[in-house]
Amino acid sequence: MTTAVQTTPLQDLLEQFARLHRQAHDTETKRVAIVASKGTLDMAYPALILATTAVSMGMECAVFFTFYGLNILHKRKSRSLQVAPLGNPAAPIPVPNILGAIPGMTWMATRVMHWMMRRQNMPSIQSLLETARSMGVKLIACSTTMGVMGVKESDLIDGVDIQGAASFLEFASKAHITLFI
Amino acid sequence: MTTPIAEHQTLDTSDTLCPLPVIAAKQATDKLARGQVLKVIATDPGSKADIPSWARSAGHTLLKWEVQGKKFVFWVQKG
Repeated sequence: MTTAVQTTPLQDLLEQFARLHRQAHDTETKRVAIVASKGTLDMAYPALILATTAVSMGMECAVFFTFYGLNILHKRKSRSLQVAPLGNPAAPIPVPNILGAIPGMTWMATRVMHWMMRRQNMPSIQSLLETARSMGVKLIACSTTMGVMGVKESDLIDGVDIQGAASFLEFASKAHITLFI
Repeated sequence: MTTPIAEHQTLDTSDTLCPLPVIAAKQATDKLARGQVLKVIATDPGSKADIPSWARSAGHTLLKWEVQGKKFVFWVQKG
């Protein structure tokens, strides 16, 4: 036979206090959800720098690579990410912006950026990706982008999850930090 | 004069920029036992703010930090 447990108003109050106390001293793991939507060198770095830093700080992190951002996970394309000077006044090339339309200028800006990164001992995109993967950053390839752009699973680096928007949003709905890059 | 802190390991991240000092610090503390102290040397000006933030977030204690010439030196106790 079971008997209903009666709680007194004081017990209710204490329970409520304990719950609020736990919330105030929130010790749950922080979660970071990043969308990487651009496939250029200058957009790949911020996403991977933030992701690797997040896991270093003890946070849980997932990066959803969608549209051109999927190139970052592409075995071949991730080795040749570029930065375009055309329409990018901040590009690392000291010439009038319109000259960025000349063939070879994107190549040159990309070379300059690689040089600037190496000069400061910055890791390559491949190296950052490997660090991210080994430290537990969840790398998610957008299944729609794969379909639209004809990317096969074998085109992507190892250790990538293939998911759609719903599963990423479920993860992001419990995130403390959400970034679209 | 303050008492010197005895570190168990020293990590020199000189001449690297964010995110490398924090990643290296995380990987180094992973190999330490709780209570042991990691001394981190950095030249990235951002590390002055980043190492304390990392230590707080990761549950470690920043015992002390100081500027030595162009270097920032931190003593972090693993939590």
